[in-house]
Amino acid sequence: MSSLPHHRAAAPAARRRPWWRSRAARGAAYATPTAVFVAVLFVLPLLLVGRMSASEWPLLAGDRGLNLPENYPDVVGNQLFWPAVRFTLLYTGIVTVALLGLALLLALLVQEARPGTGFLRTAYFLPSVLGLASASLLFWGLYSPAIGPIGPLLRRLGLVEGDVSFLGSPGAALASTVFLVVWKFAGFYMLILLVGLQRIPVEVYEAARIDGARRGQIFRSVTLPLLRPSLALTLILCVTGSLLAFDQFFILTKGGPDNSTVTVVQLIYREAFQRLDLGTAAALSMLLLVVLLVLNALQFRGLRRADER
Amino acid sequence: MTPGRAWGRTPYYVLAGGLAIIFLFPMVWTAWASVAGQPGTAQESGLGLGNYRRLLEYDAGLWRYLANSAIVSVLTVALTLGVSLLGGYAFARFDFPGRNALFLLTLAILMVPYATLLIPLYVLLGDLGLQNSYLGLSLVLAMYQLPFATFMMRISFEAVPRELEESALMDGCGTFGALRRVLLPAVVPGLITVGLFAFLAAWNDFIAPLILISDGEKAPLPLAVANLRQQSMGAIDYGVTEAGVVVLAVPCLLLFLLLQRHYMRGFMSGALKG
Repeated sequence: MSSLPHHRAAAPAARRRPWWRSRAARGAAYATPTAVFVAVLFVLPLLLVGRMSASEWPLLAGDRGLNLPENYPDVVGNQLFWPAVRFTLLYTGIVTVALLGLALLLALLVQEARPGTGFLRTAYFLPSVLGLASASLLFWGLYSPAIGPIGPLLRRLGLVEGDVSFLGSPGAALASTVFLVVWKFAGFYMLILLVGLQRIPVEVYEAARIDGARRGQIFRSVTLPLLRPSLALTLILCVTGSLLAFDQFFILTKGGPDNSTVTVVQLIYREAFQRLDLGTAAALSMLLLVVLLVLNALQFRGLRRADER
Repeated sequence: MTPGRAWGRTPYYVLAGGLAIIFLFPMVWTAWASVAGQPGTAQESGLGLGNYRRLLEYDAGLWRYLANSAIVSVLTVALTLGVSLLGGYAFARFDFPGRNALFLLTLAILMVPYATLLIPLYVLLGDLGLQNSYLGLSLVLAMYQLPFATFMMRISFEAVPRELEESALMDGCGTFGALRRVLLPAVVPGLITVGLFAFLAAWNDFIAPLILISDGEKAPLPLAVANLRQQSMGAIDYGVTEAGVVVLAVPCLLLFLLLQRHYMRGFMSGALKG
């Protein structure tokens, strides 16, 4: 930084350069590809989805003109809308509690360097390397009555008789999907929490120990408060990701049985490509966008307040 | 280690080891199920590669789907690297009107749900003549990589001492010459991290090709394997599906093990952001 004025003084000619050779113009030129990407593939679609949500827009026929506000009551009136909202919220709640709880446990387990922790970290993290679609396809086989190994295993142990159905009832389908998602993402969140844990200075723990704090006390009054930024980050990522769940249900349960596991994003997909109505799909997308923006704003405010304290 | 201490650690290793088995089991099982004999699959009995052979012949053929995935992934990586290299340089080293607004707008992509943008992007790519094309899909996938990639490249450039670039400018390099000769070698680790994440995202993505690619011949591998389940007549062929999962997973696992250091670096910067 300090060498900058010197540099300018050494090159007085720079001031007489035409504007397109100035540093500002150069910078703008380097930023142009980013600006084009953001404008064409982000801002433009964002404006377009707003207009589509206010238009009659069948998939095949295209834009049929404004019909505001028809699409919105249409979407909310869809008999699957409230069940999908309720299911998505239920799924988000269960996944968030299970996932963050397990991730915290894993992070605490591998926090200290003991023999074998390197292996354990890798073992917990490996499922995160797979894609969600691949993981869903994997569990689709694992849960299948034809080749799934779990049913026979439980039978051999004498825990069940007959076939085990993992996806047959709404409750089982939800539990099976939650297991898949927790398996796939626990290592990922463990890593974020591990980074947070390792940023807590050792001196803080030593001071607490000298003051005679027990392990449980140290965890509650030292680890958890100092880990709050990392916990907040995992919470935001987990809630946002779960509210947008699609792949796992599309592949594993296909929304069944009896549409009991249809999520909001699946509903968008169905509106667009099964009912062939892009207008209502766009209206649903807008509702989702608003909900997530509000939620993110609230979470960021909560985060900032946590920082100030 | 005294025997007493070793005993004291037994509960720890039972819990941690048990969890490790649960985490590894599904992957080990898939690898096994893809080669083990099962009635109703291409590998009726014994161990063998019957499932993989059937995968090779399925519909357009495994090679075609692998090529689709490879083209989309390479295009996405190239686009992401190119745009974020120049963008990161601009945001880190230049002052120009709208700089902060553009940077914030790029990060704002993270705030908007994937699904919200895919419906209008489907229409928009149609208008641009890019519907059902590798390039259209790659452009969309690269756009979703931009927040992370731009952020990562910006901090990579900011970590390079300014004196390096200035001495290059003094020596008569233009800003692009300085980027190419002096700065580029210094930001290679950042580029590897960005490229790795872009590749994994493009290789594994499901919903974007599901919506943007309607031609089954052009489907990337995850979509093709998912479709395969519906198309096989009569009994569902689980063996081929698990073989497909293995083919999908192997490149990801290999890249992770080879580039673990770069992977973690991306992670740290992402985790520190919060």
